[in-house]
Amino acid sequence: MAKFRKKSNTSQDIPTAALPDIIFMLLFFFMVTTVLRETDILVKQLLPRAVQLTKLERKSLVSYIYVGEPKLINLYGKEPKIQVNDVFVEISDIVQFVNQEKDKLNEAERDQITIAMKVDVESKMGIISDIQQELREANARKVLYSSLKAIDL
Amino acid sequence: MGRKNRPTTEIPNGSMADIAFLLLIFFLVTTTIASDRGIAMLLPPKPDPNQPPPEVTKNDRNIFKILANSQDKLLVEDEPLTDVYELQELVKIFILNFGNPTEEGVTIYNSLPPSLKSFISTNGRRTDSSDDPTEAVVSFKADRGTSYELFVQVLDQINGAYNEVYGARVGISATEFLQLDKDDPIQKNKYTAARQGIPRAISIAEPNKIAR
Repeated sequence: MAKFRKKSNTSQDIPTAALPDIIFMLLFFFMVTTVLRETDILVKQLLPRAVQLTKLERKSLVSYIYVGEPKLINLYGKEPKIQVNDVFVEISDIVQFVNQEKDKLNEAERDQITIAMKVDVESKMGIISDIQQELREANARKVLYSSLKAIDL
Repeated sequence: MGRKNRPTTEIPNGSMADIAFLLLIFFLVTTTIASDRGIAMLLPPKPDPNQPPPEVTKNDRNIFKILANSQDKLLVEDEPLTDVYELQELVKIFILNFGNPTEEGVTIYNSLPPSLKSFISTNGRRTDSSDDPTEAVVSFKADRGTSYELFVQVLDQINGAYNEVYGARVGISATEFLQLDKDDPIQKNKYTAARQGIPRAISIAEPNKIAR
């Protein structure tokens, strides 16, 4: 029994003095990376998956168009709808929306406006091509089909 | 100096970690890490109403036709295709066919690395496919009833074929090509060298007006 009585004098506590600092570091990381959502998205958003993705180069030049089935089916029906900012719009309103977005930019940068289309996978091409026609009409030709990174392959 | 029992002036910092934890959890919950990535495309300019639509003067063999119907079935070069993931290879073979290259095409061919040259001699040189990369156009036409998912997949495959070719010209993979940083002069040079002479000619045709 005497064998087991050997006790070391080293302290068994983990030093916690640096704990606040570590937590603060994590906190700052998340504070910096956080983008608080500006718009409430009213449509379903399950983005398609793709491999050949490019990053957006300048965020200030980007405007978003959301397309998908409304989340509140009882209120808005099941057909895919187009959302810009916080409201649903009709296809004929897109030219006006693009022009409004262009007005926010510098004169020199107006042609470089990029439209990021966030489209739900269950949408059909009909509505997308209508939007494309309107974007051509509004001379906003740079389009980004937002998608997620495909996991397999 | 002489006085003792002065009240302590330190702020108790024992609960600092707890406060920081609370904030941390708040930001963890509200964070959506920005995921703004996708397939970039350039739409064609809007048609001029005073001018008739341009005639298609390209030879049929220089156009790689992909059709998608409302049942999400693909027709590629007049033959049905079941697996969309085969498209990338087909498009790559089409672009790098060099069936009947022009002078410009010959220059591009001579600038290609050996890996692509051997790819061409095994798969290319067909008389019924594209003349050279400067002439080749990939055309994709979707129906109004085609799903957006298929549309993105097909675009992804076509872009993948082009990026693979571009990357191979400077000895990198398609993924590395996409990650080239255009603000860095060395990488920008690489990018222009890869793109030089081979346009990314993808044509998205307007879908038919009538959906079934």
